[in-house]
Amino acid sequence: MRPTSARFLNILVPVKRAVDYAVKIRVNSQQTGVDLNVKHSMNPFDEIAVEEAVRIRERIKDEVKSIRAVTIGPSKSLDTLRTALAMGADSAIHVEVPESAPAPEPLGVAKTIRALVEKNKEIDLIILGKQAIDDDAGQTGQMLAGLLGWSQATFASKVDVDTKNNVVTVLREIDGGSEEIKCKLPLVITTDLRLNEPRYASLPNIMKAKKKPVEKLKPEDLGVDLTPMLETIKVAEPPKRVGGGKVESVEELVGKLKDAGFTAV
Amino acid sequence: MLSLALRTSRTALNAYRSRGIHAPASLNAVTETDLAHFASILAPSSVISSLAPVNSPTDELDPFNQDWMGRFKGNANTVLKPKTVQEVSQIVKWCNERRIGIVPQGGNTGLVGGSVPIGNELVLSLANMNKVRSFDPVAGILVADAGCILQALTDYVAPLDHVMPLDLGAKGSCQIGGNVATNAGGLRLLRYGSLHGSVLGLEVVLPDGTILDQLTTLRKDNTGYDLKQLFIGAEGTLGIITAVSILTPPAPQATSNVILALPHFDNVLPLFQTVKRDLSEILSAFEFLDRTAYDLAVKHGQGKALDESEVEGAQCFVLVETSGGRREHDEEKLNDLLEKLLEADEPLINTGVVSQNPSQFESIWGLREGVTEAISKEGKAYKYDISVPVATFKDCVDATRDHLESKGLMRPDAVKYVVGYGHCGDGNLHLNVCAAAYTQEIADALEPFIYELVQKHRGSVSAEHGIGAMKTHALHYSKDAVSIGLMKQIKGIFDPNGIMNPGKVLE
Ligand SMILES: Cc1cc2nc3c(=O)[nH]c(=O)nc-3n(C[C@H](O)[C@H](O)[C@H](O)COP(=O)(O)OP(=O)(O)OC[C@H]3O[C@@H](n4cnc5c(N)ncnc54)[C@H](O)[C@@H]3O)c2cc1C
Repeated sequence: MRPTSARFLNILVPVKRAVDYAVKIRVNSQQTGVDLNVKHSMNPFDEIAVEEAVRIRERIKDEVKSIRAVTIGPSKSLDTLRTALAMGADSAIHVEVPESAPAPEPLGVAKTIRALVEKNKEIDLIILGKQAIDDDAGQTGQMLAGLLGWSQATFASKVDVDTKNNVVTVLREIDGGSEEIKCKLPLVITTDLRLNEPRYASLPNIMKAKKKPVEKLKPEDLGVDLTPMLETIKVAEPPKRVGGGKVESVEELVGKLKDAGFTAV
Repeated sequence: MLSLALRTSRTALNAYRSRGIHAPASLNAVTETDLAHFASILAPSSVISSLAPVNSPTDELDPFNQDWMGRFKGNANTVLKPKTVQEVSQIVKWCNERRIGIVPQGGNTGLVGGSVPIGNELVLSLANMNKVRSFDPVAGILVADAGCILQALTDYVAPLDHVMPLDLGAKGSCQIGGNVATNAGGLRLLRYGSLHGSVLGLEVVLPDGTILDQLTTLRKDNTGYDLKQLFIGAEGTLGIITAVSILTPPAPQATSNVILALPHFDNVLPLFQTVKRDLSEILSAFEFLDRTAYDLAVKHGQGKALDESEVEGAQCFVLVETSGGRREHDEEKLNDLLEKLLEADEPLINTGVVSQNPSQFESIWGLREGVTEAISKEGKAYKYDISVPVATFKDCVDATRDHLESKGLMRPDAVKYVVGYGHCGDGNLHLNVCAAAYTQEIADALEPFIYELVQKHRGSVSAEHGIGAMKTHALHYSKDAVSIGLMKQIKGIFDPNGIMNPGKVLE
């Protein structure tokens, strides 16, 4: 059992390198996925997660002992970790998978993070995006909390940490409003858009980030197997929208409607 | 008849009237007979008029009569929005015969009062001519109707891996025809040069209605006088541009930007030299904004602000953009530069931020592009768009502020701010005076003071916005009598009856 007395927080922030949201995605010709030869950046929800970790530290100062970012991905994912470090994480872990390996699935990711938590027993708060904008699965946080047996607060739009009492108050976005819940640490939080607006990475911090430590691991080192369990059968574009037309007069409009088979009731 | 809206802006108008700017008396207003003729050649949706039988309400005409700054207000009773070059030609031919003045209008974002009537000229809007005619993805040559909105063209060529050679804050409203007519510079000039280079051909309706078809798609064509050049920057005084053939560069594979906070204006020039040398071919913009411009942009929500600690002690800011062919290469170059800047013994910069993703990239650009809009939200802007040596940017702003101070005009109910920003890479300063209202007293304090200042630095009184109705009286500060004489002769050849955008560019 974990100690329940007042403690220093150790925060883990899992981040994912994803196709940038501003990129217009295109399905590849084999219809097995999308063209990945495009700009990638940190999944926007994860950026919010990093920002929140840094803001928690700004609020409760020394009570946050460490902020660690972790990513599971190919070598290029290191860029994403550097961004997290430039935003204010202290150190990072890169669980490297080969460039050619299929993208890890939510369960694989959750198991990897669980293994990391079991290795670094001091971690008591995990903040991650509610979903990644590439696969939109929206499962990792929940699976992780389940695997760890921790409390979970999903779709957070406000986070208030009280280290004296080991409780975190979270405002959650729910259908038609919001819900406030109190959670005991250790805790998994998933972020929603409204939680905060991530900062720019300042030059001095980018320079500092280059010198911050990044631990490299392989899935095998953690005893996890990332072989996909799902099979993608086909990826296709949504049907193209047909453009509208302009009419010159009411008569023309009525005529067109009639042609299209609409009749007055 | 004066409309109510016109009456409220009379003080502003009078300031210009008093300079003697008005449409020539020899021109006629649009009558019901003319309207009947236009109605016979155009679709009903192409005609807006307060005359019978159309009887459009004034608020439908207002947007075409009022300029973007809210400084100039015309009194057109009719706006025509033709859909084809033949329609344009027929309208112009009629107007020429009937001596009706015409104001060609694009997106009406011009900043010198060129796009609205001075009196009751007809407004010919290109808004309905908005189709792409062709695009050659190998040569990158785009042929488009003049009324295509710049943003729409940017979006059109983007998936085909090209970019428009120009970009400016007004891109969501301005039209390619208007851009060509004003020879707009904008944010990419440093990289892709001016429209005099990238425009390959034009289709123009001349003031007698003749269609001049120079819509070629040739990179090279040395067969006599290059007539199209005359229409680029003519601000609609020589004819109506109906289509443009333009060279679009391949889209850069990677772009990035940074905004740097400088302790001193004096550091801008050495910084520009360093940045040019170190980034060389990937440098695509070097934009300047002073502290006041930055603060106003932030105040009016034009892009996410930097952290307080980062802007502390900054006298001005510089935005640097890179575009290149390979992300890793470009990032390495940029990072090396930034590291060098930050670690220098006597750093030229305090600090800065680097965009990490496209939304931050947009946000950083927003701080610079949003200045124009922020100033217009803050008050009434006197805009001076001047070319002067970069080293004198700050002197020009300070001298203007001091001058206004000495006249007792720097006070909240008169001049609120004197702001400097612009395209440092092109030596183009936007000197803006933001006032509570347009008054004769402020106008008199600013002119000819600023024009003389520009002349002293051997600069240009209009770097990129043009002359319009606003600066006709100041043309002589940058063009000698011989040049102005030739310009008048050219105008006479194309437009002997003076119907095309009367009162603009030339007095
Ligand atoms: C927020 C903002 C930012 C700007 N930034 C820049 C900048 O960075 N660089 C710069 O150079 N300018 C800038 N401008 C001003 C610039 O001149 C215009 O935005 C643009 O080029 C004009 O295009 P338009 O379609 O709006 O033309 P309009 O404003 O409608 O017209 C401008 C002039 O061109 C004439 N004209 C328009 N269309 C035609 C045509 N088809 N044939 C003949 N004549 C025509 C008009 O009669 C008028 O004289 C900015 C304006 C704004 C509001």
